[in-house]
Amino acid sequence: MSMPPFLRDIEFAVDLSLVNAKGWCLDLLGHFLPDWTVVLASIVISGVAILALGPLVMMYLTLLERKVIGRIQNRYGPNRVGKWGLLQPIADGIKMFTKEDIVPAQADKIVHFLAPVVIVVPALMVFLVVPFGERMTAVNLNIGLLYFIAVSSITTIPIFMGSWASRNKYSLLGGMRTAAQMISYEIPMTLSVVPVIMMSQSLSTNTIVMTQVGDLDLHWFIFTPWGLVGFLIYFLCAVAECNRPPFDLPEAESELVAGFHTEYSGMKFALFYMAEYMNAFTLCGIATTLFLGGWQGPFFPSWLWFFGKTFALICVMIWFRGTLPRFRVDQLMGFAWKFLLPLTLINIPVAALWFFVPERLAWLYSIAIFAVSFWGLVKLNCAFVPEKRIYPLAD
Amino acid sequence: MIFGTGILKGLFVTLKNFVTSYFRKPDNGGIFTVQYPEERDKAIEAFRNFPFLAYDGTPDKVRCVACGICERECPPKCIHIVMEIDPLGKPARRPSVFEIDHGLCMNCGMCEDVCPFDSIYMDHAFEVTAADRGKELVRPKEALLKSNDYFLKIRPGTATLVDQKRRAAEEKKKLSRAATLPPQGPVS
Amino acid sequence: MTNTKDLEGSQMLEINFGPQHPSTHGVFRMKVFLEGEKICALDPVMGYLHRNHELIAENLPYAATMAYTDRLDYFNSMANNFGYALAVEKLAGFEVPERAAYIRVIMAELARIVNHLMLIGFLLNDLGAFFTPVLYAFREREKIMDLFEEVSGSRMMCNYFRFGGVKRDLTAENLTFIKRIVSKLPAFLEEFEALLTKNEILCMRCQNVGVLPADLAVNAGITGPVLRASGVNYDIRKVDEYGLYDRFHFKIPLGQKGDVYDRYYVRILEIRESLKILEQALSQIPQGEVLNKKTLPFLKMPRNFKPATGEAYGRIESPKGELGYYLVSDGTPQPWRYHVRAPSLINLTVLEEMCLGQKVADAIIILGSIDIVLGETDR
Repeated sequence: MSMPPFLRDIEFAVDLSLVNAKGWCLDLLGHFLPDWTVVLASIVISGVAILALGPLVMMYLTLLERKVIGRIQNRYGPNRVGKWGLLQPIADGIKMFTKEDIVPAQADKIVHFLAPVVIVVPALMVFLVVPFGERMTAVNLNIGLLYFIAVSSITTIPIFMGSWASRNKYSLLGGMRTAAQMISYEIPMTLSVVPVIMMSQSLSTNTIVMTQVGDLDLHWFIFTPWGLVGFLIYFLCAVAECNRPPFDLPEAESELVAGFHTEYSGMKFALFYMAEYMNAFTLCGIATTLFLGGWQGPFFPSWLWFFGKTFALICVMIWFRGTLPRFRVDQLMGFAWKFLLPLTLINIPVAALWFFVPERLAWLYSIAIFAVSFWGLVKLNCAFVPEKRIYPLAD
Repeated sequence: MIFGTGILKGLFVTLKNFVTSYFRKPDNGGIFTVQYPEERDKAIEAFRNFPFLAYDGTPDKVRCVACGICERECPPKCIHIVMEIDPLGKPARRPSVFEIDHGLCMNCGMCEDVCPFDSIYMDHAFEVTAADRGKELVRPKEALLKSNDYFLKIRPGTATLVDQKRRAAEEKKKLSRAATLPPQGPVS
Repeated sequence: MTNTKDLEGSQMLEINFGPQHPSTHGVFRMKVFLEGEKICALDPVMGYLHRNHELIAENLPYAATMAYTDRLDYFNSMANNFGYALAVEKLAGFEVPERAAYIRVIMAELARIVNHLMLIGFLLNDLGAFFTPVLYAFREREKIMDLFEEVSGSRMMCNYFRFGGVKRDLTAENLTFIKRIVSKLPAFLEEFEALLTKNEILCMRCQNVGVLPADLAVNAGITGPVLRASGVNYDIRKVDEYGLYDRFHFKIPLGQKGDVYDRYYVRILEIRESLKILEQALSQIPQGEVLNKKTLPFLKMPRNFKPATGEAYGRIESPKGELGYYLVSDGTPQPWRYHVRAPSLINLTVLEEMCLGQKVADAIIILGSIDIVLGETDR
């Protein structure tokens, strides 16, 4: 694919505009201040950008979700506050801030207070290793992926803290479900990432994106059989990890009222909500990085590609929410342990096969392997398979 | 059947609805929300909400004669009527107090059915609110009185029929009065 | 029945689902004892919405109670009116003009469609689908509600039936409107089913959950779709042939297992059968009176209506089951005794049997699949 050089220049300039802006600010500071402040300022600028991005993304994700679900259900969604309801998140924020904060009399006050605070921290920390664009990773850790997996699994603890401290039976049930669910889904999620690590031979998120470079910038991992399966498994696990339907058992509105955050109100509730949405964003961002080529893509600036792909994945999550009923707790665990986990284990040798066998043959082999294993797993999990029923019509 | 096709089909249905919500008509799978304060559903003549009292011309010509039938027949007993006593101490055949407790009224339309004087009818006004249910929701006569023109406007079909009936009855009454009274001069 | 008193203070987790809970369909309370997520005992508690319906009716003339029957099962007031009108007609021996009888059948079947659509929507809500099926069902329900408003004046509290007929005649526009609804509903049902019926998660959740064996269902006096889902062929429309139901050809869909999925699917099939009845009724409806001339004076002067001493039991196949009205007259304008056999209440009696040993999430959908309305349960 050849592009006129001036176009490429423009693309490059737009692509790096945000990075350049930061560099320009730092240069400016460097003229007046000692060097160490420049380093500090670099950290502060990145940090502020991320800290602002998290809540901002969360606010507008709520609006996006309500709009999309509204459209799915043939409604308008919020459209009263501002044009197209664009100020709705701000109105919600004001409402949340001004609401009374209710703490149950019997609650463990300290833990009850800490839980919503703690839950935001890992959600924000994960943003550090997400490559938002070319040269736009806040910290280019060489163990970025490991860091992500480690930090994102902390989320279980604050949820359990909140549920336990509320002294509410609904919360308790929700907390139990969270612990079971999140720990179970960690495993297939981590294992589904292994082929990516094998292929890119690195744990750094930046390097993983770089290995997906190719013609037209479309050499993404998802276009390989192991990548596709890995992506599907990862994505399902990601949906489960951030407690979204059809895996929203911890909050299960129709069963447990609101699950772990039944006893939270006002801003504390908003923090739980914020963490959920930021988690959804980062998990989708990492999915983009690992399987969808990160910020790679033709024509548009890299960060646009990244956000576009991430939001597309989030829209799929919202789409799930608008369509699917919830699993039951035993089916949920069964799905993770009896279905996703074996499939990820099969996925790893398939990736290895891909590495050693020529491409066309590898496609054939992997499709065959996946078809057989899928069929076998469905047969083994016959409890999940719908029965065929005939309904007699009597007179 | 491959496991998972049911879910995919369901996802397809919601996707289709998402897309069609942008250009289909409301009765055809589009958005069916009515943006209430700006848009309104079409008025339906038969719609019934809290009752009102009809009068002819001016508010002092109340059709109601305070017979109390509606008060007695009202299932939740939300109507309170006191007949006016004229200066001579005789009942004036008109209400001095006519109150309907909107907090009690269940819009059943019984009063409309039983009223023999075509006086009480079910209204279309539904935007009725009050801050205090003890006082403000008990609507006095002044709030309930509405002209026959209003009645003709909101329920043209019923109101025309009622008007015809009343006119016919009046003619008949006039005729019978003319028949009972001795003729005064030549009848033209 | 396990006596839940014995379990108090044991190691089990005791939870009250309701009276304020998103999926108890009103102010119903389930006292549940859990071992983990498994239900060990369940005690339904009702009466939070008790409004003294029967005693109020015993102090009112017969005509005035019609408006109160709307408030029993507020999703299908038409069916409630129908049952009460039947009971009074039996008591007083009124005839119903033919056109009115047709209109009654049309309204009752439309009410059945509305009720089943709503039920399926809310069942899916209990299953955790985020309001989408409910709103699709509402989209169709809205059209039928508009029709109800046009003919009766109110969307939900219709108060449309009178003894000896109905309150207002259907106009030609109303009839074409109903025809349009009937012709469009099958396409909607296809879409609805594509969204739900084959969905693996729904099947997983519903199949073999909350099984109600046929013998238990019969012994407990269960009626309606819940009974038919267990495979018992009992439909009062066929058994009693009240109204004009002997004139229409329709089938009774039966389930085999009696689980939540059967109860869900039997209702979808019943909607299809109702559409068949509607088609026939719309093509056959004659012209004529809609109110028996004899009853008109009684509607003007409800207190003049004094049926002779005696008793009558009018029952219909309401969407929820057998809805019966028992009236005893002592020759005064008020009934001496008035009793409602509410299907919601009686169908609830097997809730514990169905829920024992299942998970919490199952209890919610089993309750949803029984289809209760608290207005009727508590009266």
